[in-house]
Amino acid sequence: MWDAFSGAASSLSGPLPDPTTDAGWSGDHPKRVGFFTDTSVCIGCKACEVACKEWNLVPDDGTDASDLYRLTGMSYDNTGDLGASSWRHVAFIEDVRPHGSATAAHGGPPSGVPVDSLATGFLPSGLPAVTDGAPSTPTLRAPRDAATAPAPGETVDLLALLPDTGAHGQQTPDDERDVRWLMSSDVCKHCTHAGCLDVCPTGALFRTEYGTVVVQDDICNGCGYCVPSCPYGVIDVREDDGGAHKCTLCYDRLGAGMEPACAKACPTNSIQFGDLDELQAAADARLAELHGRGVTEARLYGRDPDDGVGGDGAFFLLLDEPEVYGMPPEPIVTTRDLPEMWRNAALTAVGLGAAVVAAFWGGRK
Amino acid sequence: MTDANAAEMPERARIDRDAVKPRGQKSRRRGRGDELQVPEAEFRSYYGRPIIKAPVWKNPDVPLYLFLGGLAATSSGLGALGGATDRPTLRRTGRLAAAAGAAGGTVFLVHDLHRPKRFLHMLRVFKPTSPLSVGTWILSPFATFAAATAASELTGLFRRAGDASGAVAAVIGPALGTYTAVLFSNTAVPTWHEAHRELPIVFAGSAAAAGGGMGLVGASVRDNVPAARLAVAGAVVELAAGEFMERKLGLLGDVYQKGRAHTLMRASKACLAAGAVGAVLGRRHRWSAALSGLALMAGSALTRFGVFDAGIASANDPAHIVVPQRERIRQRQATTGTDVAPPDRTFA
Ligand code: SF4
Ligand code: SF4
Ligand code: SF4
Repeated sequence: MWDAFSGAASSLSGPLPDPTTDAGWSGDHPKRVGFFTDTSVCIGCKACEVACKEWNLVPDDGTDASDLYRLTGMSYDNTGDLGASSWRHVAFIEDVRPHGSATAAHGGPPSGVPVDSLATGFLPSGLPAVTDGAPSTPTLRAPRDAATAPAPGETVDLLALLPDTGAHGQQTPDDERDVRWLMSSDVCKHCTHAGCLDVCPTGALFRTEYGTVVVQDDICNGCGYCVPSCPYGVIDVREDDGGAHKCTLCYDRLGAGMEPACAKACPTNSIQFGDLDELQAAADARLAELHGRGVTEARLYGRDPDDGVGGDGAFFLLLDEPEVYGMPPEPIVTTRDLPEMWRNAALTAVGLGAAVVAAFWGGRK
Repeated sequence: MTDANAAEMPERARIDRDAVKPRGQKSRRRGRGDELQVPEAEFRSYYGRPIIKAPVWKNPDVPLYLFLGGLAATSSGLGALGGATDRPTLRRTGRLAAAAGAAGGTVFLVHDLHRPKRFLHMLRVFKPTSPLSVGTWILSPFATFAAATAASELTGLFRRAGDASGAVAAVIGPALGTYTAVLFSNTAVPTWHEAHRELPIVFAGSAAAAGGGMGLVGASVRDNVPAARLAVAGAVVELAAGEFMERKLGLLGDVYQKGRAHTLMRASKACLAAGAVGAVLGRRHRWSAALSGLALMAGSALTRFGVFDAGIASANDPAHIVVPQRERIRQRQATTGTDVAPPDRTFA
């Protein structure tokens, strides 16, 4: 463990190609697995939330129970956030902007298109726009027929079904407002440098042979240190049993060669499970594809191994800034600064000891 | 922040501020976080909800643990050196306070666990990456040696051994007084983490004020000079470092300017200042020395409660996460001259 402090403290922060070996597993461990959550195809059905609860027997989550029917009142999201009893959380953002101020993602004009070149200035959704009572239809690209069944084994790309006017996500027309819905299934990031794991004083949190981060419930003593140490606000202590809980990336299913329950249940393949390197390649390709289609606001989150947590095992493709989905824009693992903190505390301790001795200076007056 | 979307997107701005559901208005977080504090700085968030989880540490257990740990830390030194320099009342006060502080602190630490019966699981590993693990390994031997010293003091048996174990406790003591700063700052709580250079000094000053204050309460006028010096020095350091920390935190320091943390810190400063003045002027009278000592101890304890509350408020405030992180991104892009962020708002 002390090696963490020798050398460049590489295992506390920075890129780390193989956290599993770094955690002490022998070299022939399985490859690191993870999730690529492509929010551009998420439909907010919450099948992942349900599947996770069912498979892992996660109990009722008392979040916001003060509300009648547990409604948060902010959107269709009544789970609220990740927590001890919510290991998947589908964020639902109803993004409302004044008419005409929309970005391409709102169904507004794509960049570079002068607004006055469009009859209405704005074409919400795939619906025909109505101009002075005369319907005008947006120009449709060729393979746009949603009714055409995909060939067996082939998947439908919902984005390809949207009109060329740059509408991404699901929109609704309104007289004064532009509305788009963003949906994203959030989960533990299984960080390369996991703050929760670093600070756990009992060793209950550990890195598995798959490179994931898991709590051993029979070891955890509910000290709660992991809770404020997660830069994403994922792990929490459950009130009734006093233990810390979070996504295990279905450790039990991985051992049996099955994919995690949430990924299995996802009907749109928004949650993709697999070896991390393959997922990263798939994500890069998907991002390039979306950018090529003018979805310039698409970006990957947690993909970069150079970021503050050394990259995430579960990373995302988002259509807006991370904070809009309730995620920190640029998290840094707290233990990156720990060597300096220990140094400061040690120096201060020496100073405190010296102050006590100095208080006795000069003998008796 | 230059992300001035409130004017451009009044709908969202309204949602951000009004549709806020502060986490845990019921349940265990009641009373520990203030109403969600969304400052005027403009930023985007998920319906104004907190991004990180506020600590589930219990109040008053954890602030009291910090206070008692600090008290014990410096008391052990006063006890050991008081014995070596023939100040029997200071020695006795220091030794008993060290043992009582360590024992009380341990009780609070164990009670703070959500599964207290598994306290000993802390001792199954030693993890330098976990300040709580390191702290447990500091507290356990300290409490053992301090208790042995106090037992020898009370019974008059094994005086040599008592002196020796008292010296060991005195050497461990300062670590007990400052590691708690790492415990707080090694979290994702912005107000704690960003204060990781100042917090150890604040806590060391607080420990000196508490232990010195205890010495003023318990030691005779003949013996209390070192306690008074330590306490006054501690109070001055704590006041100065605390002030410096609040200023240096900038935006993140707003949690010290409002709500309960503000009240606690103000009270703490008043107690520390009054206690320090009283210790200088009134050391030679038994009653005024004791009163000053009590004020210094109260000031020390209030600081711990104030810092604790500030951290809870900071964790619950999404602006504390988003605004500094966005600023970091902006600065990096300014220095590298790249604009890697997708053009979210170039349209609007
Ligand atoms: S730090 Fe948070 S996101 Fe990362 S592995 Fe731990 S709980 Fe998951
Ligand atoms: S609550 Fe449990 S898992 Fe979290 S740090 Fe403490 S012992 Fe580890
Ligand atoms: S991987 Fe398993 S434990 Fe994690 S969110 Fe999915 S279903 Fe739940």
